[in-house]
Amino acid sequence: MTVGAHSPTTDWAGRPRVAVTGVGMKTPVGNDVESFWKGLLAARSAAAPIEAFDASPLGVRFACEVRDLEPEVYVEPKEARRLDRTALLGLAAGLDAIADAGEIGAEPARSAVVAGTGIGGLQTFVDQQQVYLEKGPERVSPFLVPMLMPNATAAHLSMRLGWTGPSLCVTTACAAGANSIGEGARLVRDGIADVVLAGGTEAPLTPVTMAAFWRMGALSTRNDEPERASRPFDVDRDGFVMGEGAGFVTLERWDHATARGARIYGEVVGYGANCDAHHITAPDPQGAGAVACMRLALKDANLDPDAIGHVNAHGTSTPMNDAIEAAAIREVFGSPGPPVTSIKGVTGHLVGGAGAVETIAALLAARCGEVPPTGNHDTTDPEVTIDVVAGGVREIGVAPAVTNSFGFGGHNATLVVAPAP
Amino acid sequence: MNETDVLEALRDAAVEVLMVDGALVTLDARFHEDLEADSLDLVELVMALEERFDVSIPEKELEGIATVKGAVELFARHIPTGV
Repeated sequence: MTVGAHSPTTDWAGRPRVAVTGVGMKTPVGNDVESFWKGLLAARSAAAPIEAFDASPLGVRFACEVRDLEPEVYVEPKEARRLDRTALLGLAAGLDAIADAGEIGAEPARSAVVAGTGIGGLQTFVDQQQVYLEKGPERVSPFLVPMLMPNATAAHLSMRLGWTGPSLCVTTACAAGANSIGEGARLVRDGIADVVLAGGTEAPLTPVTMAAFWRMGALSTRNDEPERASRPFDVDRDGFVMGEGAGFVTLERWDHATARGARIYGEVVGYGANCDAHHITAPDPQGAGAVACMRLALKDANLDPDAIGHVNAHGTSTPMNDAIEAAAIREVFGSPGPPVTSIKGVTGHLVGGAGAVETIAALLAARCGEVPPTGNHDTTDPEVTIDVVAGGVREIGVAPAVTNSFGFGGHNATLVVAPAP
Repeated sequence: MNETDVLEALRDAAVEVLMVDGALVTLDARFHEDLEADSLDLVELVMALEERFDVSIPEKELEGIATVKGAVELFARHIPTGV
């Protein structure tokens, strides 16, 4: 099967095709598409000792932070004070994705935002809790609620753009970014929106969050070599590396994009979403949910597994996630299956931002036929029997790609993206 | 409390909280129209002044205060002399 468009503007099922006409990102490896892509190809980990706060009491003292964010480019100083870093990162990446799409000229009521996050404005809550303890309830900021709420990013983007269509927040932990793009694509397919700004954002770097993830045993504790800590599918992996960042894509109904002569990166051709329904943090040991999710997305795209050029894995670098995901990929795609990469070796884990940033990476790789290598992947875990891209860029030719995101709670999201024909 | 001192403190707080040019913070200035402050901004502004002068202004008395002059007079009434 091919990426079957029954007409130039509808897909195999007769639904409007969903073009990606803009991308934007704020990540530990780059704040614009050129530096982001270059960073992924170079595969140097962005992990380093935490600069945002004094991490010395913590069991894990490193992370992947976004550097050189320029709030003043995106918001007035007064507005910047009213935004948690989660929303600030999201707003910046979202506005970049819109600027990248050019003159959209969409009807406001048919323009939508879907902005995912795992947690929301955590730093604000932590700060205000401190205010409460030190100065009492009378000094708690009236802005705590609007800065903390997970939907703040979606609301600010809609406000800024003057878009009055649906404005939604998906909070499916580490799957939120991918679910947001999938749900955004559905708004276009369902005929509800002509344009959707969809993505995810997260700023989880507070001392208490780092302590919490550490206590779960989820984080790598490689404090002496942070840049070697995130090593997806490697035999020596010991946990994920916390990151922060945001990614957004501008989704557009195909004929809307072509009518205005938009540059089209590619399209979202398939989306699967389901739940392990197994455990609040551990994945199903058989990977049944992940297998089913990838199959749902392929079916939605009307593509056979062998049409997929590469898989952008969730690949967190935790012992359990990587083993189970690898087995699931093998079950869906057979052996040897398509090349598999995880950019988390380079970016760390951007939680609610991860799925969106990785969808962008998968699409960039799909359209140029180059798969970025998995950072720090030296020796493949013998239990991992998939073709992990490591050591250098893999030339694969232009082909559709699958990207996986799995979140605490058992939430799974898989997207299939295809380069523009 | 000297109203000039209160105005000075309010101006400092407005520059920090509302991010407005201090020159705009005159007695005649209206919070909403001239200083672009919404209701949440005003809560934060009042909090900053309460902290500065270590006073607590009853919620009821804040109602209807729309200008810098109104706020300055209100705070001056509440701040004990000698502060």
